[in-house]
Amino acid sequence: MKRALWTLAVLLSHWRRHPMQLATLLIGLISATALWSGVQALNQQARTSYDRAAATFGGTRTAMLVASSGATFPQRLFVDLRRAGWPVSPVLEGRIQIEGRSVRLLGIEPVTLPTEVGNAPTIGKAGLQSFMTPPGEMLVAPETLADLKLAEGARAEANGALLPPLRVQPNLVPGVLVVDIGIAQNLLKMPDQLTRLLIGKAVGKRAPLESIAGDKLRLIEPDAETDLERLTDSFHLNLTAFGLLSFFVGLFIVNSAIGLAFEQRLPTLRTLRACGVSARMLNGVLVLELVSLALIAGLIGLVCGYFIAGALLPDVAASLRGLYGAQIPGHLTLKPQWWIAGIAISILGALAAAATSLTKALRLPLLATAQPFAWQQAQRRWLTYQSALALAAFAAAGGLLWFGDSLMSGFAVLAALMLGAALILPMFLEIVLSIGQRRARAPLGIWFWADSRQQLSGLSLALMALLLALSVNVGVSTMVESFSRTFLVWLDGRLAADVYINAANDEQAHEIMAWLRERPEVEAILPGGRADTQLVGAPIEVLGLPDHAIYRDNWPLLQSADNAWIKLRPGDAALVSEQLARRLHLSIGDRIGVPAPGGNWTLNVVGIYADYGNPKGQIAVNFAALTRRFPEIPLTRMGLRVASPKIPALISALQEKFGLDDRNVADQATMKAESTRIFNRTFSVTAALNAFTLGVAGVALLTSLLTLANSRLPQLAPLWAIGITRRRLAVIELLKTMSVALITTIFALPLGLLVAWCLLAIVNVKAFGWRLPFHVFPLQLLWLTGVAMAAALAASALPVIRLARMQPASLIRIFANER
Amino acid sequence: MTNGNPKVTGPVLQVAGLTKSYRTAGEEIAVLRGVNLTVAAGETVALTGESGSGKSTLLHLIAGLDAADGGEIRLADAQVCELSDADRAEMRRDRLGLVFQQFNLIPSLTVDDNLAFQSRIAGRHDMAWHNELVERLGLGRLLKRYPEQLSGGQQQRVAIGRALAIKPLLLLADEPTGNLDEDTADEVLALARDLVARSGCGFLMVTHSARLAATLDRQVNLHAGVIA
Amino acid sequence: MNASGLITRRGVVGGAVLAGLGGTALAQGFAGLSESAEGFAPVVPGRTFAFPADHGPHPEFRIEWWYVTANLIDANGGAYGAQWTLFRQAIAAGGPREGWANQQIWMGHAAVTRQDIHRFAQAFARGGVGQAGVEAQPFHAWIDAWEMRGLDPVSDENIAPLELKASGADFSYTLRLGALRPLVLQGDGGYSRKSLREQASYYYSQPHYTAKGILTVDDRPVDVTGMAWLDREWSSQPLASDQSGWDWLSLHFNSGDKLMLYRMRQADGQHYGSGKWIAPDGTAEQLASADIMMTPLIFTEIEKRKIPTTWRIAIPRMALSIECSPLNARSWMGTSFPYWEGPISFAGSHTGLGYLEMTGY
Repeated sequence: MKRALWTLAVLLSHWRRHPMQLATLLIGLISATALWSGVQALNQQARTSYDRAAATFGGTRTAMLVASSGATFPQRLFVDLRRAGWPVSPVLEGRIQIEGRSVRLLGIEPVTLPTEVGNAPTIGKAGLQSFMTPPGEMLVAPETLADLKLAEGARAEANGALLPPLRVQPNLVPGVLVVDIGIAQNLLKMPDQLTRLLIGKAVGKRAPLESIAGDKLRLIEPDAETDLERLTDSFHLNLTAFGLLSFFVGLFIVNSAIGLAFEQRLPTLRTLRACGVSARMLNGVLVLELVSLALIAGLIGLVCGYFIAGALLPDVAASLRGLYGAQIPGHLTLKPQWWIAGIAISILGALAAAATSLTKALRLPLLATAQPFAWQQAQRRWLTYQSALALAAFAAAGGLLWFGDSLMSGFAVLAALMLGAALILPMFLEIVLSIGQRRARAPLGIWFWADSRQQLSGLSLALMALLLALSVNVGVSTMVESFSRTFLVWLDGRLAADVYINAANDEQAHEIMAWLRERPEVEAILPGGRADTQLVGAPIEVLGLPDHAIYRDNWPLLQSADNAWIKLRPGDAALVSEQLARRLHLSIGDRIGVPAPGGNWTLNVVGIYADYGNPKGQIAVNFAALTRRFPEIPLTRMGLRVASPKIPALISALQEKFGLDDRNVADQATMKAESTRIFNRTFSVTAALNAFTLGVAGVALLTSLLTLANSRLPQLAPLWAIGITRRRLAVIELLKTMSVALITTIFALPLGLLVAWCLLAIVNVKAFGWRLPFHVFPLQLLWLTGVAMAAALAASALPVIRLARMQPASLIRIFANER
Repeated sequence: MTNGNPKVTGPVLQVAGLTKSYRTAGEEIAVLRGVNLTVAAGETVALTGESGSGKSTLLHLIAGLDAADGGEIRLADAQVCELSDADRAEMRRDRLGLVFQQFNLIPSLTVDDNLAFQSRIAGRHDMAWHNELVERLGLGRLLKRYPEQLSGGQQQRVAIGRALAIKPLLLLADEPTGNLDEDTADEVLALARDLVARSGCGFLMVTHSARLAATLDRQVNLHAGVIA
Repeated sequence: MNASGLITRRGVVGGAVLAGLGGTALAQGFAGLSESAEGFAPVVPGRTFAFPADHGPHPEFRIEWWYVTANLIDANGGAYGAQWTLFRQAIAAGGPREGWANQQIWMGHAAVTRQDIHRFAQAFARGGVGQAGVEAQPFHAWIDAWEMRGLDPVSDENIAPLELKASGADFSYTLRLGALRPLVLQGDGGYSRKSLREQASYYYSQPHYTAKGILTVDDRPVDVTGMAWLDREWSSQPLASDQSGWDWLSLHFNSGDKLMLYRMRQADGQHYGSGKWIAPDGTAEQLASADIMMTPLIFTEIEKRKIPTTWRIAIPRMALSIECSPLNARSWMGTSFPYWEGPISFAGSHTGLGYLEMTGY
């Protein structure tokens, strides 16, 4: 033990003499761990929320019965099923308006609620009485209570009724209010109506469902994966991919720092062996040293990761809410597993990054071979080897592109492509530099190119990191920009009406319509309706569009049959959304059977339209046909065509006359702004991670250059000796670095565009179901090149300044010491 | 002189019939063809021979840095050729002092720590002996310096001090003065001889310098793979 | 008079209506039993019973139950026991409210016992929506798929014939109960006093049922016949604080006599016994504490509790000295409020079959 400690002390003394190297190593490990675990924290936070949501009173974890029509059903069915031996518990769900906010209201029945329904509120002892008997209690998550700006015990008002006093339930899912079933029926004005029946696990004799409920109810089997998880999978995969990328860039730094330290410590390792430290002991201590460093860096990285996640969480939560309606609490709660996993990933990453060095140490010959170092030969071998690997990676990318059919394979194409590009980069640089060398005439010029070539092996890892970070940046910004442009144009077409209204109920909708017909400024009333059903096992929306010229003129169709809008009129044709068409491989002329209350509704596909941002599949049919087929859907939505100067007055008149709030009546500009805002936040996380990655690549470049600077003195000293000033040497060094960085950047641009194409044509299609047109944005590319060069300049500044200010004595000593 | 290696009377090193060949480019070159050599405790022996005669190879084999093809090496009571890799490391740590042409100091340790580290790893750091070495080697004012701040002679003195700090049975030196000028070489070697006498260990030095070889008790010449 | 102890016996089980909700998502039991009976109707002497109305619920009282135990036998002479219980408890005073606002909570227990098995199940329901309830005319008591129903033409005096149904995950039964003699008012004309603390219940029994039906265990149906006993009781009074539990028996003598017996175990060790002997001609004899000697003989360990499953019972005044043995010593009702309830047989000065219930161990 003592021996190991002394050996460790000898190894550690290296870092004391080379603090910059230690800093590089730690920065690499810290950034790798921080970005990775930050992303994991976000994912974990979201997943925990989905779980809570799924477990709450009939999320998808519990088997349940719902009305075949999709509407509510009479409570009598609950009693009949219980009497027939079914262990069911009733739930009524709806929305109420509190303080201008629309909140989900759940009515539950605590006495029959199955034990298996996790996260159920614990209504203990006397609590049952106060929960069930009027006025009852309204259970609420602490986050929601804070959102509503109400205190526990307060009684809010909704729809003119006084709500039960609020009571906090810490494990409740946010955004939901839970009351007793009877109270919910009163508040939602749905006496004796239920939304679903949860089925307990209790076994026993039960009569067949049809014999009790006929075809009124439909059984939904429990699903281990929640709808939210399915829908948000791609979002999280995106995050994970970025986390992984940052992690690898961080490991690049670690790898180069460890590799350098190893090379520098080779003589020390040999001396240690010669002085009687056994190979096993030496390797053990090397691993121990690495693990201790990884432990420290891992802990710091986790703390940084926590802050990164905390900083990104609001945007992530907003995206998830905007895109999928998922409620994520705004403050991080982390499980112990997260900390353990973070430390583990730091240690594993460090070990992986150090694998080559450790293997070398294990095989370290005791006697140094006295061969002169034939760097050129070695470099050529290394370049050939890497290029072969690169070609293999490109082949894999091609194969995956051809045969792959999933989001994972999409990301794998990206990964293989970038790996290949990174591996081929040194060869590419070597070729460019040797062309430069051949063209050069002046002796200093020839040396410039030749020396740049020699530097390649030392700089290549940092340059690879720069390449990866840059190309991902180019790719992602191109994608976001393409999306943004397409989305805005599309939104213009989709939001065709000038004013949107959502009435509280059908009655009010009728009143509003009658009132609007009397208003001269209203050019057209466009009623809308929406039904939810299922197609091939997945939920879809059926949208009713009134037969009006405004849709024919504005509604953007990607593909359509002739006279598609006219074909919609009879009610036997539909437009399908792009994502649904892709998922079910539908094309114009195909037929689909949509389950409707009166039996299957067969529809001809006459058009395909873009439906960006909608995780569900959607079909659009004639509005009148929809109301015939789905008679129970609420008819509360409508759009209005109004001359724009008259819009504000009309909206305030509507608000005043019908008590509508901002959520229920909005003009087109507001809707557009809201949609754009949600959209923008969707990519803000990606953009932030992007910036982090570029920053990490910059650090990689800086540290590589710093470590390289010391080992390059022997090469520079002779030049200084033959009369080139230190200042000039520094400028030459700067130029060399900048030129390889520029070549790398230029290489990164087409690669980035390829990445963008992959994202748009493969990843997005698999992840979201839509394909966006591919645009190139030259100004953006120029700007990114500038950023990359600035990063390279910043990274090379410090070593170059050091060189320019170096004392002549230090250069002289090179000759004295170096042999 | 506490807790050093036990005093050995008689030979500390016996090499008998040692053979070693290297394979280069498909051709096998026999470097050692049956070397016999004995070094007694307290004896200083110079091993000479022209370049490529296998002097260093012999030294490496004795130090257990490389494995012999045949013959035997006996260090006090240990058969070096029969030891495992780990046992040979232990042997070097506890019984041998090694000095090379390149001074082989650890650049990140101070002179003081360089001197002490083998004895610390061996678990027999002896402060009195350490201080005596510092004094005799004239390193007193250099203890806090790093190797790169020392001259070649100073570095080699540290290396000798480190090798002797464990009070080895045998001090092996491979051209220890090869990088030093003549005056410094003489001075360093004198110090080494003095310290060897003080510690009573055997001393085997590879050198190509007949002048330096002559200062030791006995000279053996390696020629054509055998000791003449 | 001393039969008033029954109120305590069933009172605790009644209190478990809510304690039993631990079986649902409500993790905690309900401790409402020690709450005052304020707002509920008091139990006073001199009530005139009216049937069939009194077969139905009395929601103005806090607790109430319909309780049937049956000793059965199959064609090969194999012995069985069956239990069917429906408890009602009001969680708030006041007249019954409509729909979900109804303040009644219902709990059902059902069990089947054989020498080698004991199966049980429980059910919970809220009143007001039809999941559970009792109607007096035509008589019908139910919770979920379990029910006790008067068969046409039903005799209100005999509360017979009845059909009894219950099922669990691994058992079920359908029994037809018939009685040719009228029900028996317990205590003083159905006013069953708790002598020391003026707590009381309204209580009547039908001990004279014959039973016939099908009993299914693990999907193997068996035809059975035998005898059954119904208890009806309602009250508003909470349990006495110093009583830890009770041992209760209902016995069918081969002679046709019936005997109800219990002893309250009190913290001070002064166990309080009581009973009623019902002769085949319908005449009844009240037994006082001093008349009854109950001695545990054999204990069975169940869930870390020592339960006296074999008893010696002596009533010198009636020349009775018997030893009661359980059909299955592990007749444990592992419900939210756990207790021991199972069929027994006895021999000695008299022979016959019966049911034993023990709580508070």
